[in-house]
Amino acid sequence: MLPLVGYQRPEAGVNMIEARAVTKRYGDKTAVDDLTFTVRPGVVTGFLGPNGAGKSTTMRMILGLDAPTSGGVTVNGKRYAEHTAPLHEVGALLEAKAVHSGRSAYYHLLSLALTTGIPRRRVDEVIDMVGLRDVARRRVGGFSLGMGQRLGVAAALLGDPATLVLDEPVNGLDPEGILWIRTLLRALAAEGRTVFVSSHLMSEMALTAEHLIVIGRGKLIADLSVRDFTELASRKVVRVRTPEAGRLRDLLVGADVSVTGLEPDLLEVAGLNSEAIGKAACAAAVPLVELTPVQASLEEAFMELTQDAVEFRVDDTANEHDRSVA
Amino acid sequence: MTTDIAVPKHAAAQVEPRVPQTDLKVTQWRVLRSEWVKFWSLRSSYITLAATVLGMIGFGVLFSAVTANRWPVMEAAQRLRFEPTGVSLRGFELAQLIIGVLGVLLVTGEYGTGMIRASMSAAPKRLPVVWAKAIVFTVVAFVAGEVSAFVAFFAGQALLSSQHIQTSLSAPEVLRTVFGTGLYLTMVGLLGVALGWIIRSTAGGIATLFGLLLVLPALSDALPQSWSQHITPYLPSNAGQSLTAIHPDTGMLAPWTGFWVFCIYIVAGFIAAAILVRRRDA
Repeated sequence: MLPLVGYQRPEAGVNMIEARAVTKRYGDKTAVDDLTFTVRPGVVTGFLGPNGAGKSTTMRMILGLDAPTSGGVTVNGKRYAEHTAPLHEVGALLEAKAVHSGRSAYYHLLSLALTTGIPRRRVDEVIDMVGLRDVARRRVGGFSLGMGQRLGVAAALLGDPATLVLDEPVNGLDPEGILWIRTLLRALAAEGRTVFVSSHLMSEMALTAEHLIVIGRGKLIADLSVRDFTELASRKVVRVRTPEAGRLRDLLVGADVSVTGLEPDLLEVAGLNSEAIGKAACAAAVPLVELTPVQASLEEAFMELTQDAVEFRVDDTANEHDRSVA
Repeated sequence: MTTDIAVPKHAAAQVEPRVPQTDLKVTQWRVLRSEWVKFWSLRSSYITLAATVLGMIGFGVLFSAVTANRWPVMEAAQRLRFEPTGVSLRGFELAQLIIGVLGVLLVTGEYGTGMIRASMSAAPKRLPVVWAKAIVFTVVAFVAGEVSAFVAFFAGQALLSSQHIQTSLSAPEVLRTVFGTGLYLTMVGLLGVALGWIIRSTAGGIATLFGLLLVLPALSDALPQSWSQHITPYLPSNAGQSLTAIHPDTGMLAPWTGFWVFCIYIVAGFIAAAILVRRRDA
């Protein structure tokens, strides 16, 4: 990504997002609860949480759109509203719909550019960058969800910002668009920018982000690297199929080892790896038909992590529809 | 996937600037230019402005033509009540509603579509957006209001002249009335802008504006006369319309007094708007 002008990028470490004990209440509902985290430059940071966890609210507070009830958020060292050239500091994609539906993509971007003296040329540039050239003069109201997302990305890139805040940018994109966003975000981070991306899809974040901030019900659940998360996810379980399941169970079970019977001849062993199980079985002459290490998927691990923090769960009695408050 | 985008960190800072260093501060002037482009890049702006102008001129022409046509058979009492300037400017009754809607929409169109969040993140101090919208609207509405008032007046007088019952701008109070009608339309629109900021929804903003302009005077008339004489002349539309009449009705304010009273409402509206915009979540 080429810079717009001779914009002086802040020294390393200055461009980051810092939330300190930030809380947001709407009436008696607490959307964000005492959240503290730091988003660093140079890597893509994923912001994960189930629907209604408070991701969008947090992002709106970063941009000064919503005022925190208590605590504070700074971006690149200042509150957002204190920046004299905000679009150069932070580029944001909030919702696909922060656009007047009656205006064309070109004039939408131009009107944003004019507020801070960005030349018209840059507007054409970002339109080309996101691939909207053919529809730039059409009213945004007729755009598909994917086109709207691309326009939002164009608006975020307009000011060549040091920090990017993107709320669910892959929503509504086709596989090609998702790949495009993923590559773009990583490239932006590699340039030393701070990139903060929310998603409710763990699998997507695992491919895009290097660091994760996970929240649920407005509270911080985890702040860790994707690698740590993946390790956390792979609870070491081995599936063993044997005609002598009872004997093998007695053989293996111990202080750190638990064995669950799934089927009469199928066991799930936690606490031992497949090599140890194989050797033990061999020594005791227990025939093994199958020996499979099982990894929990990232989605499973994510759901386990956020289990208690899911805002709207579908149950049999009340089929609460997906009110996404965040 | 992890290593194929091997761009060194802070590479962007080393790229040769392609544009000379410029000052990229958000200023009131820049926000004003942005709002100007925003206004003229919506089809609804053109339609609503055209409707205002057509309403003002069309009804002025219609009433003047009908009056000229009926003049020979009109009764003496009716002839006595005839006032040529007022007849040609009568379209303001409709035009004020349309331009008021334009004012409300200028703001609520952004709240309704979510655009307001883009506007407020581009200008996070927020008040420059409020002032810029007010200035852009004042300029546009003033030009549209004055042009349509003067065109309606001249077209109306041309039609009335067939019966030699026309007046001219040089007659007493006529220039003030024609100019004042254009000014009144501008002010009604500005009241709509302020209400748009306060109420944020199109339906609510329009309903409130129409209520202030049309319903309040009717309600006030229902009060005992000892009360209403102290209230009616000071209601926004009554005060403002003193400026649009050659001779304001008895009990109403003098033309420029009325104008200043109407101004107070609008200033109060914008003060409330500014406080709320600063305080509320966007």
